[in-house]
Amino acid sequence: MNGLQRAGAAIVGAAESHLGHVAEGLNPIDLMAQGIHRALDDCGLSLRDVDGLLCATTQSRTSGLSLSEYLGISPAFVDTTILGGSSFMFHVAHAVAAIQLGMCRVAVIAYGSTQRSVGRRQASVREINPFETPYRPFLPSSAYALAASRHMHQYGTKREQMAAVAVAAREWALMNPVAWEKKPLTIPEVLSARMVSYPFTVRDICLVTDGGGAIVMTAPDHARSLKKAPVYVLGCGQAITHANISSMPDLTVTGALASGRQAYAMAGLGPDDIDVLELYDAFTINTILFLEDLGFCPKGEGGRFVENGRIAPGGSLPVNTNGGGLSYCHPGMYGLFLLIEAVRQLRQECGPRQVPCETALAHGNGGVLSSQATVILGTEATV
Amino acid sequence: MEQSPLAVYQAHLDKGELAYQYSPQAGKAVFYPRVICSYTGSANLEWRVSAGLGTVYATTVTHPAQGDPYNIVLIDMDEGFRLMSRVEDMPPEAVRIGMRVRFRVHRPGGDEPPYPVFVPEEVSF
Repeated sequence: MNGLQRAGAAIVGAAESHLGHVAEGLNPIDLMAQGIHRALDDCGLSLRDVDGLLCATTQSRTSGLSLSEYLGISPAFVDTTILGGSSFMFHVAHAVAAIQLGMCRVAVIAYGSTQRSVGRRQASVREINPFETPYRPFLPSSAYALAASRHMHQYGTKREQMAAVAVAAREWALMNPVAWEKKPLTIPEVLSARMVSYPFTVRDICLVTDGGGAIVMTAPDHARSLKKAPVYVLGCGQAITHANISSMPDLTVTGALASGRQAYAMAGLGPDDIDVLELYDAFTINTILFLEDLGFCPKGEGGRFVENGRIAPGGSLPVNTNGGGLSYCHPGMYGLFLLIEAVRQLRQECGPRQVPCETALAHGNGGVLSSQATVILGTEATV
Repeated sequence: MEQSPLAVYQAHLDKGELAYQYSPQAGKAVFYPRVICSYTGSANLEWRVSAGLGTVYATTVTHPAQGDPYNIVLIDMDEGFRLMSRVEDMPPEAVRIGMRVRFRVHRPGGDEPPYPVFVPEEVSF
């Protein structure tokens, strides 16, 4: 029980800012503002309607202040929860609560990052940890590599199976005009790419791009009067299991198990009812872990599950239809883009990569498998 | 509090010891050292010194842009706590999950405090 009402709020607008490598001098707040402008245009609302502001970026200590000043608004409800890439799934739950309680009527959730332009070191300053830093882990890659090593050891998961996740993402990306990657990718190419942290080559690891975006949320009665069909928040769940990889209880089981259960319970749905999946694929092992923990295959079977194009275009389970963090874009905290793609799929706006769907699951991951948050979305037919 | 948990831990390392905390209420080892027990919320934590034996729980070899690849591991100590470390005295890619290892203190010198590393444990027959 999380106190949230099923379909108590809807997403009515969704948009990316410029992605990839943005113009020199643009900052994360510029990209948030651009995303908000586009997302408001998407639903026919204006900044004057916005009284709830939720945002997160690693490049501004008090982004709620910076963004309010920039937009010239004084929002009644503000939330700048930052828990890594899943922050925006947490924001969705908070926005549902705020709308349900009357703390705001129209909430925007925004993200912006210029990590490609300014460099990862500057975009996301590493904290010193006396129990990890001396060993020079290349974070976050080494942490996820440790999790992959454990999955390989316990379940016989193979590098080729992880590579299949990257290849599926690339096939989807080739149908997304704004995806960063434009060329096909094969399993041998993934395996023979530059090794970063075994078992991961650079092709097992998400992109480093700039980018941002926003979504707009409001109450169902208001949502039905706007430009496009509302996308309802049917379920939300969240779990924090640790901050540092050395404190993760079991490297083969993520908090997605708990966050998924909560979201399914709230939605009154199960894995079999989900038509399209958007999973936070910062690394190829993530997709495998989340497919298991969210109930799409038994624990340990994720590697075999993704073989033979099952999650690729034309496969039986569409996963990461925008091309994912692996091939579409990854500005550091990728969660918002999963929500944007889920909304577009449910509105049937995805052109060649469109899949038949009435329900979508967007699952966010933050830190080093540390924070997990699941959002289940559905069309009017599912309410 | 006269000394921070980190200072106590590092003082043990100075003496060549790997120290950890023990929660009598939980009956469990606690690591990294802290002020409040993460199992019980109690401030009652005892210091103990590890016998130094553990098992590799997870391993990766990181390939820096410059310089040689190196190993990063998580070690499950026999006393029931886990820590990040490195296994030395063997090629980094030869480290295997399940391998028995023994603690050794590494003293980097300069301003850097000593920290624990591990070496393969000789198996006796």
